[in-house]
This record gives sequence, structure tokens and C-alpha cells, in this order.
Amino acid sequence: MSAKTQSREFSSTRRFWLKEHGIDSTLLLIVPALLAMLVFFVYPTVYGTILSFHPANKAGFLENYKTFFGDPYMRKSIFNTFRIALPVSLVNVCLAVPVAVKMRHRVKGQRAINTILIIPISLGTVLIAEGLYAYLSPNGWFNRTLMAAHIIHAPLQMLHNFWGVMISLIISGFPFAFLLTLSYISGINPKMEEAASILGAGPIQRFRFVTLPLLAPGLAITFCLNFVLAFSVFPSANLLGNPSGDSHVLAVAATDVISQSYDYSMASAISLITAVCEITVVVLVFAIRSRFYTGSTTGGKG
Amino acid sequence: MSKTSFNELRLVGVSRTFDESVALSNLSLTIANGEFIALLGPSGCGKSTALNCIAGLLSQTSGSIFLDGKRIDSLPPERRGFGMVFQNYALFPHLTVRNNIAFGLKIRRTKKAEVRKRVDAALALVRLQPHADKFPAQLSGGQQQRVAIARAVVLEPQVVLMDEPLSNLDAKLRNEMRGEIRKLHKTLGLTSIYVTHDQEEAMSLADRVVVMHDGVVQQVGTPEDVYLQPANAFVADFMGYRNLLQMTLKKSSTKAGAITSEKIKLSSSNLAAKTTNGAVTVAIRPDDFTVKATRGNQIRTIISSVEYQGKDFGVEATCEDGTQLFIRTEEKLKIGQKVTFGVKPERVLVFPQKKSPSHVG
Repeated sequence: MSAKTQSREFSSTRRFWLKEHGIDSTLLLIVPALLAMLVFFVYPTVYGTILSFHPANKAGFLENYKTFFGDPYMRKSIFNTFRIALPVSLVNVCLAVPVAVKMRHRVKGQRAINTILIIPISLGTVLIAEGLYAYLSPNGWFNRTLMAAHIIHAPLQMLHNFWGVMISLIISGFPFAFLLTLSYISGINPKMEEAASILGAGPIQRFRFVTLPLLAPGLAITFCLNFVLAFSVFPSANLLGNPSGDSHVLAVAATDVISQSYDYSMASAISLITAVCEITVVVLVFAIRSRFYTGSTTGGKG
Repeated sequence: MSKTSFNELRLVGVSRTFDESVALSNLSLTIANGEFIALLGPSGCGKSTALNCIAGLLSQTSGSIFLDGKRIDSLPPERRGFGMVFQNYALFPHLTVRNNIAFGLKIRRTKKAEVRKRVDAALALVRLQPHADKFPAQLSGGQQQRVAIARAVVLEPQVVLMDEPLSNLDAKLRNEMRGEIRKLHKTLGLTSIYVTHDQEEAMSLADRVVVMHDGVVQQVGTPEDVYLQPANAFVADFMGYRNLLQMTLKKSSTKAGAITSEKIKLSSSNLAAKTTNGAVTVAIRPDDFTVKATRGNQIRTIISSVEYQGKDFGVEATCEDGTQLFIRTEEKLKIGQKVTFGVKPERVLVFPQKKSPSHVG
């Protein structure tokens, strides 16, 4: 065997080995995304992390964190953020499930309904806030209708507090929750529910024992995405909430530090605290998710 | 809810339309306790629609369904007490084999010990004890199908409905499972309604076969009836009468007559009811031909193809007027050979010529 054929053989087996391990020219397709990740995510994150351990006043490397957790007003922003993000995500998921269950079958006027449900995605948070101002203000339609119907006697205070932020986040977050849930629920073979009904399960039992367990992993992901969106709430908290009171969320705390004292180091520390909070919740949810069945929901072969 | 609790399941004029199209038209059928009924027909013939109406998964547009004296067609599926085996099995992927089978018992709040006992018995019945704690995705197609059957029969349903349960299995497994289904039907004393497009499957399993086409029942009869004496040209075609010839009839009595075309002249003693002189459809099964004239019936041909099929040969022969005949014979013929075939007059089936099949009552 000559050296030439030997090397050709070697290079063909090496190429085979590379291909078997997913290494070929299609890998180049991920380069643009990889670059963007490096430039816009990895670098800022690393930079911010390092920055957060170099306080502006040259004190110890944990000084920013000590300040944050030592200040009751700042510390409470964690609680404020959770108090908005958790219920908002939960409500969005809980609202999305029944609508998705219904919309999975062909419904009259499905397109119109879908459009109405999805439109809020295309509206910016600011536009939603503008609308809510007009709608929820003491002499807005909402309060005037309730007063005209003699359900309430004094206008409800729904702006510049917890409720304003909550409502705005539900409006902007629901379409995501709905679309995700709909796609998960459409992936469940409808024959499964038929089989359950033949076996004697009524509508509630079918949902409880068949649809819900198969949907649960999808709902966990839907919840996480909604939670992360709601956790970084900033415009709604500023526009519709009470940013110095119970809507003093982490994002507001971080921007306050920058706008008041240009303390990027402190702001980075707050960002990291935000990230740790989010990751904790996501990890918890995924830990719970892993206890459910997460395989194929189409059922059977063929 | 025990299997012995009814005498007959009666369908009266059950029809179903989807938008404008008629999927099932006027199905009337009485099924006795313990019977094995096969609904047979090509895809789109309405057999699955019929099964879904019986199951309650689909509501009929008109007609009614009775279990003895009780009208059940407005009950939801969960209150009919039937069992069903689906084409794609529809096992619950998040439950183990054991829990799949126990599902219906648990819904009925059966006592734990009783559930265990009955599930064990069902597992033994389909020989899946070693796989009890596996998930459906870990089983082969045949095993999944057995789980589906066990899940249906563990409740001892009054009627078991099966929707092409073997169509996803390979030929060998299909034959095995066919035998098992027949055995289960017997040993458990089930009443079964079985949907299939495979005439061989229908004939080997069923006590009675219901042949359907375009939503309309064409013939109801024992497998032998349907095979030997199809009610019309459509059923004949579907049951393997591959030679359908357009010829002209001249009757000599109500049951017999001479049929002719340009070059072929045969006599038949098997005229279907309501057949009149003039244009008719003649149906002859490939294995009813003999390799010599039979009682005056003879067709001169040239062999155009010979296919070895194990036990015998599938032969194509061209008649003098160009008509192609399909023949099965044990005799070894050669391509290009001139052969005269015969066929007994009673095996020459003559039907009125019809464009669209209709209700035969």
C-alpha cells in the first residue's frame, strides 16, 4: 500500500468521523448567531459581572451587594418584582389554557378571534400604557361604566399602583402564553382524548388525566418565558405603576442608580441580582417539569 | 356493565353528512350479542363514520341506535360502555402499560385490589406481563396493539369496536394478531364490530360481513355469502372477481340465460335478481376458470403473462376481441400459448349494469 492511498484512506475515515460527530460545512450556518451572542450577550455579561465587583467608591469587591441588601428600599425591589411577575405569569398561563383548549378545534370565526387575541403583541408597551391611561383613569370608560351601573360609587384606583402594571403585563404577555400553549396543545393527538372518553372519562377527567399531564411540560416553558418577560418589567412599572412605591422593581432600581449617580457598577450588581432571581425560578420550574412525562405526545407509531 | 347484559344492538337508519357530502347513508343493522361483525369497504366508504357513530365520537345526522330497548344515540361515548381499539392505538404516552390498562377502571373508582387483579388478568390475556411497567414508546407496534386491546377488554365492555386495528402492522404480525383477536372474541364472549378494508381479514374474522360503498350498505351476509354470491358488481369487484366484462344478456329463465359479446359467448345460471335482457356486467373469479371447455362454456385466448404465486400461477390471457382475462390455475402455461378456458355456468355471475351502486335491500 503506497503512502498516497494510505493518506487518502486516512483522510476519508477522518471525514467520516467528523461527519458522524456533526462536524461539517453546515456548521458555518451558526457563525452569525454565534458572533452576535458573543458581542451582545457574552461580552456584556462578563463585563458587567466584573464591573459589579469593582464598586465606584473603591471599597471591597462585595460593597455593591452589601449596599443593595443593606438598604431596605432597594432590597424590597426584589419582593416588588416577584409580586408582579409571579402572579402575572400564572394568570397568563391559566387564561391561555382554556382558550387554547377551545381554539384547538375548528371554531367559527377562528381567524377573527385569533387576530384579536394576538394583536396586543404588535402593540408596544407604551401604546398599551397610553390606552390604559384613558381606559382605567378615574373618569375613564371603565370606572364610568361601573359607576353608571351602580356597581361602585367611587372610582377604583387602578393606575399608578400594582394593578395598572399587572393589567398591562397581562395584556402584553397573554398572546405569547396563548400562542405557545396553542402550539403545545395542538401537538397532542386528539385520538387520546377520544380513547379516554370511550374508557369512561368525562370532559373534566379527560382534561385532568390526559390533556393536562401531556401539556404540563409545555406549560412550564410557557410560564418561564412569561415570567422572564414580566420580571424585567420597566416601561409598565414606570408609566402605569408607582415606581417609587410598590412598583419599585429591580429594573427601576437599576436605572435609578444610573440616572441619579451614574453608578454603572451598582447597576451591574442589580442586573446580576435580577439574573440570579430569574435563573432560580427557571431552574425550579424545570426541576418540577422533569418529574412529568416529557416525551412525544402524538401517541403510538405510524 | 357486564358483557351479558344485552341481547342486540340495533342501528336504525343511521346517517351522517359532513357539510354537503353524505358519509353514511341510512345504515340499518341488528347485531346480536356475541356476534363478530366486519364493516368492509374501500377508504371513504363510510365504515369508520359508522363505527364512530356507534361509539358516540360522532353524532349522526339522523337515525337512532338502540341497545335492546334503550336508545343510546344521544349518550356521550363515556356513558355507552363500549370498548374501542384505534388504528394508531391511541395509548396514553405518559402512562405505563399497566396504568394504560387500568385507566378505565380507575375512572370508575374500582377498588385498588380489584384493579390490580383485573389488570393482571388482562396483561396475561395479551401476554404482556413482562412489559407491564414499560411506557408505550418502548414497545413494538404489535405489543402496543395488544395493550390497546387489553385496555379495551379489561372493562368487559358490552361491545368492542375496532377501527382497522391491524393496518399498521406487517403482514406476519397481522396474521398472528388476527388469530389472537378471534380467540379473545370467543373466550371473552365479546360482541365485536370490526372495521377493515381488507376482505381477507373481514372474511377470516367475522360472522357477518357488511360491505359498504359510498356510505351505502351494499350487502350484509356471512363471509361465504359475500364471497360466493356478491349482491352486485361493486361487491363482486371488491371481493376479488377480477374479471368484470360488459356483455349482453338474453334470458332463458329467471335464473339463467346466454350472454354474448363480439367474440365471447357464455351461458350463465347465476343471474342476480332484477337482471333484465340487454347490457349486463358479468363477473368471474380468476380461480373459477378451468383450462378446458366446461359444459359448453369456452373462451379462446392467447396467454400474455404468467406469474408464479407459490401454490399456483396468476395468468393473464387475451381473448380474440382483445379482452384481458385474469386466471388462477395450477397448470403451468407458457406465454404465447393458445389456451381455451372454460367456466361453470353457475360461476358466471351476471349483474344489472349500473353506473353507481345503490342500496340493496
